[in-house]
Amino acid sequence: MSRRKFDEMSDYDSSRDRKRRRTEAVEIEDRLESLIIRVGEKSTSSLESNLEGLASVLEADINNYKGKILKILIDCAVKMPEKTTIYTTLVGLLNAKNYNFGGEFVDMMAKKLKEALKACMWRTARYVLRFFSDLVNCHVISTNSLLQLLLTFLETARDDNSPQVRSDTYVYAVLSCLPWVGRELYEKKEQDLDRLLKHIEIYVRKRSRKHVPGLRVWRSDRPHPQEEYLDCLWAQICKLRSDMWQEKHIARPYVAFDSILCEALQHNIPQITLPTHHQDNTYLFPWVVFRLFDYTDCPEGPVLPGAHSIERYLIEEHLHNIIKEYHHERKQCAALLLDFPLKHKIPLEYMIVEVVLAELFHLPGPRYIEICYGSLLIELCKLQPATMPQVLAQAVELLFDRIDTMNVCCFDRFVNWFGYHLSNFQFKWSWDDWLEAAQLDSSHPRAKFIIEVLLKAMRLSYRQRIAEVVPEQFDCFVPQKPEPVYKFCADSTADLPGMDTAHRLESAIRAKGTVTELLAVLAELPNPLRESEDTDPPYNPLQIQVFVQSILHLGSKSFSHAFAGISKFLKAFESLVGNHEEAQMLVLKEMHEVWSTHQQMMVMLCDKFLRTQIVSCATVANWVFSKEMVPEFTKSYIWEILHGTIRKMNKHVARLQREVNEARERRVGNDSDDSSDSDNEEQQQQQQRPRPSEEEIERMEEKLEGAQADQKNLFLIIFQRFIMILSEHLVRCDTDGRDFNTHWYRWTIGRLHQIFMMHNTQVERYSQTLSTLLFTQDLDPHILDAFNQFVALRS
Amino acid sequence: MNAPSVDLSSYRDQHFKGSRTEQERHLRLTTTLYVGNLSFYTTEEQLYELFGRSGDIKRIVMGLDKFRKTPCGFCFVEYFTREDAEMCMRYINGTRLDDRIVRTDWDAGFIEGRQYGRGKSGGQVRDEYRTDYDSGRGGYGKIVQQKMLPKLT
Repeated sequence: MSRRKFDEMSDYDSSRDRKRRRTEAVEIEDRLESLIIRVGEKSTSSLESNLEGLASVLEADINNYKGKILKILIDCAVKMPEKTTIYTTLVGLLNAKNYNFGGEFVDMMAKKLKEALKACMWRTARYVLRFFSDLVNCHVISTNSLLQLLLTFLETARDDNSPQVRSDTYVYAVLSCLPWVGRELYEKKEQDLDRLLKHIEIYVRKRSRKHVPGLRVWRSDRPHPQEEYLDCLWAQICKLRSDMWQEKHIARPYVAFDSILCEALQHNIPQITLPTHHQDNTYLFPWVVFRLFDYTDCPEGPVLPGAHSIERYLIEEHLHNIIKEYHHERKQCAALLLDFPLKHKIPLEYMIVEVVLAELFHLPGPRYIEICYGSLLIELCKLQPATMPQVLAQAVELLFDRIDTMNVCCFDRFVNWFGYHLSNFQFKWSWDDWLEAAQLDSSHPRAKFIIEVLLKAMRLSYRQRIAEVVPEQFDCFVPQKPEPVYKFCADSTADLPGMDTAHRLESAIRAKGTVTELLAVLAELPNPLRESEDTDPPYNPLQIQVFVQSILHLGSKSFSHAFAGISKFLKAFESLVGNHEEAQMLVLKEMHEVWSTHQQMMVMLCDKFLRTQIVSCATVANWVFSKEMVPEFTKSYIWEILHGTIRKMNKHVARLQREVNEARERRVGNDSDDSSDSDNEEQQQQQQRPRPSEEEIERMEEKLEGAQADQKNLFLIIFQRFIMILSEHLVRCDTDGRDFNTHWYRWTIGRLHQIFMMHNTQVERYSQTLSTLLFTQDLDPHILDAFNQFVALRS
Repeated sequence: MNAPSVDLSSYRDQHFKGSRTEQERHLRLTTTLYVGNLSFYTTEEQLYELFGRSGDIKRIVMGLDKFRKTPCGFCFVEYFTREDAEMCMRYINGTRLDDRIVRTDWDAGFIEGRQYGRGKSGGQVRDEYRTDYDSGRGGYGKIVQQKMLPKLT
C-alpha cells in the first residue's frame, strides 16, 4: 500500500469518526429530549419510578449535555403547563443531586421570565411564575425569594400611571399560581401570605368594572352570575383559603420524594424589575367567565365542582389548554378532551361542552374561527355518541331558555353554529319543545332565534326539507321560497315605465350584445330627474332600474350566472352608476326588490358589488340604515352584509399598510445575505424587485391615507346613523310616555355594541375622533354606554 | 410540525401536465380544493354557505357531466388565501353536506375542461364502477345500470 493511499484512508477514517461522534451526540440529545418530553405519559411503571430513573439518566449526562438538557426542561416548563408538577419534581431531584445545575436552571427561567415580560408574552410569564411557585414545593427555590417576586408583581397594582389592564395581568399571574403554592406558604409563611392576599383584596375592591357589561354573554345574572375573570379567580382563591388551601385536582409527585428533596439546598430567584408600561404594550384582554351549568344540571355521576371551587378553574384551564394546543387537528383534539386525566372524578362531558361554548361565545371574538368549534363539537358527538349529543342538546335547551338576555354577537354565533350542527345531524331536533315560541312576537329573541336558525339551515339544505322537519305550528317561521321577482316580467299586466326597453335589453343581452349596444338600448329611456332641457342630471334612475333588474333576472339561475353577468357588463355599470352615491343606492334597492326572498343571494351580490367597486362601502352602510330597509333592519343578513363590508374595508387598509411597510423596508435596503430560503421562489422574486423610490413610497402612503380616510368615514357614517335612530326612538318614547326598552331597541343597541366588539382594533384607532365628534357627553347615556364600555376594554 | 389534516394526501391527479415534483410544488402552494362525494342535487348556493365558513371564496366551479352538463357530484373551491383553504381542510373535510360526508383535497388549480366528469358515461369514474345504490348520485353505478337494463325489458 503506497503511503499516499494510506494517508487518504486515514483521512477518510478520521472524518468518518468525527461524523460518527457527531451523530452519536445528536442521537443522545434526541433520546434525552424524547425521554424528558414523554415523562408522565401513560406507562407500565409508576410516575415516581419513571421520574427517579430519568433523574439518574440526566444526572449522568449533565456534564456533557447540560445546555441541551436545560433548554429542553425550560421548553417543557413553559409549553406544557399541565405537567408543571412533573417537571418541578424532576428539577427538584436534579437539584438534590447537583446543586449547581439547579441554580443554572433557576437563572435561565428568570431570564425567560424577563424576556416574556418585555415581549408582553403573558401566558409564558404566568407559567414561569407558576413553575417557580411549584419549585418552592420541591425545595429548589426559597419561600422568601418567591414571596419577593410575587410582591414585585403586585406592585403594579399601586402604579397609577399605567392602565388597569396592566396591573390586572400581573395580579392574575399571582393569583393563578396560588393553587400550587398556597398551602406551602400558609404552613411556612402565614403572615406574609396574609399580607400578600390583603394587597390583592384591596386591589380587587378598588378596580374599575366599566368594561364588564360589554363582555357578558348574558345581561342577566340569573340563574348563574357572570363574573369577570379576576373577580371569579379571586373568589375561588378566597374559597381555597377558607378550605385551608387544600385542593384535590393537582397531582403532586414530589410528595413521594419529600425525604430526598428536603435535604436539598435552595436557590434565590434573581432580582427582577418589571418593564415599565409602554403605549405599544398589549395586555390580557379582560373577559367574563362563561357559566352555563351547575351541579343540578348533571344529576347523575360525579358532582360538578361549584363556580367558586378552585377545581373548576383548574379543570377549565386545562381543557382550554388542550384546545389551544390541538385545535388544528380536530379529531385528536376531541380524543384528548375525552381522555382527560381525571375523567372519572368529574362530569367531563358537561365541562367540555361548557369550555367549548365559552370559547365560541368569547367576547369580543372567539379565539379561533367559529367553524373550528362547530366541527370539534361534531367530532365529540361522534366519539362519544352515548353521552355527548345529550349533553350538547341540554346545553342548547339552556341557551334557548336564556336567549332573551343574550348578547347579540353571541346570538349570531349561536344561530350560525346551531344551523350548521343540525345540518350534520339530519336536522333532527326536538322542535316540539319550542312550540310556544310560535305564539311570540316575531322580533322576540326566541322567535327570532328559530327564524334565523331555519334560514341558516335552509342555506345548507333546501326549503322543502326544512319545511318537512319542523312541526306545522312552525309554518310561520319557515322561510319563504327564495325566488327572484322581476318587475318587467313579460306576463306582468302593469304598464311600468321602461317595460319595453327592459324587454329589448333582455333580447340584446341574450343575443350577446356588447356594452355599447346595451347602452344604446338604454339611451332611449327618458331621465325622470331632468326638469328642463338645460339640466343634465348625473345619472338616470330609470336606466339603472331597467339595467339592474334585467341583469339580475337573466343571471338568476345561480351565483355563478349572476356574477358572470355583473363581470361581463362591468363597463355598463360604470357608465350608468359612476361615483354617485344615490345611483349606487339605486343598484342596491333594485337588487333588494329582485331578491328580497333570497338573503344569501343579496349577501353575495353586495360582496360582488363591493369587489367590483360598483358600490362603495359607505353606500352599503347608508343603504342598511335607509327607510326602505326599516322592515329588514333587525334581520341577521343585513348585519352579515354590513360586517362583511366593514371587514372588506379593514382588509383593504391592512393590505395597503403592509405594502407600505414592505416598501419602506426594501427602501432602507435589507441586503442581508440571508439566503437560507433561496429555494423559495417568491422570496427571490421579492429580492430581485428594484428598490422603490422615495416618490413611489410617497404615492403608496397617499393611497394608504386615502383608504384610512375612507375607513374612518365608514365608521363615522355607521355610528352617526346608529345615534340618529336610537336618539329618535328614545325621544319619541319619552314624549309618548312609552317604555323605550322594546325588542327593537334591544336589537339595535346590541347591533351597535356588535360593531364595537367585532371591529374593536380598527375602531380603536379612531376612538379619539369618535369621542369628540359623535359620542359626546350630551348624548343619551344609553347610547353613550356602548361607547364607554368599548373604551374601557383597553384602559 | 406534524399536521395530518393539511398535509398532502397520497392521491395525484393523473392528468396533471408536468412532472411529479412540479405537481407537488403546486399542491403545496395552491388555494384550490377538490371537493368530492357530493350529491348530484347539491347546489352552488349550499357550497358557498358551507365552504364560506372557513374563509372568503374566490370562486366555485361545479363538476358537470360531460354530456348532460348537469352536476355530477364534485366541485372545485378556490379561496383567496392558502390559510383559508387550510381551515377548510381542517374543519370542513369529513363533515356533512346534504347528509353526505364531503371529502376535500388539495388541487393544483382549476384548468378549463377539468369541470367535466372523466367517466365513459360522462360522470365521474367512480360512478361507472359503483355497485351500490346511491340515491344522491343517480342510483346504481353506470355499468351496473346497463347490465340491469336487459332484465327490465
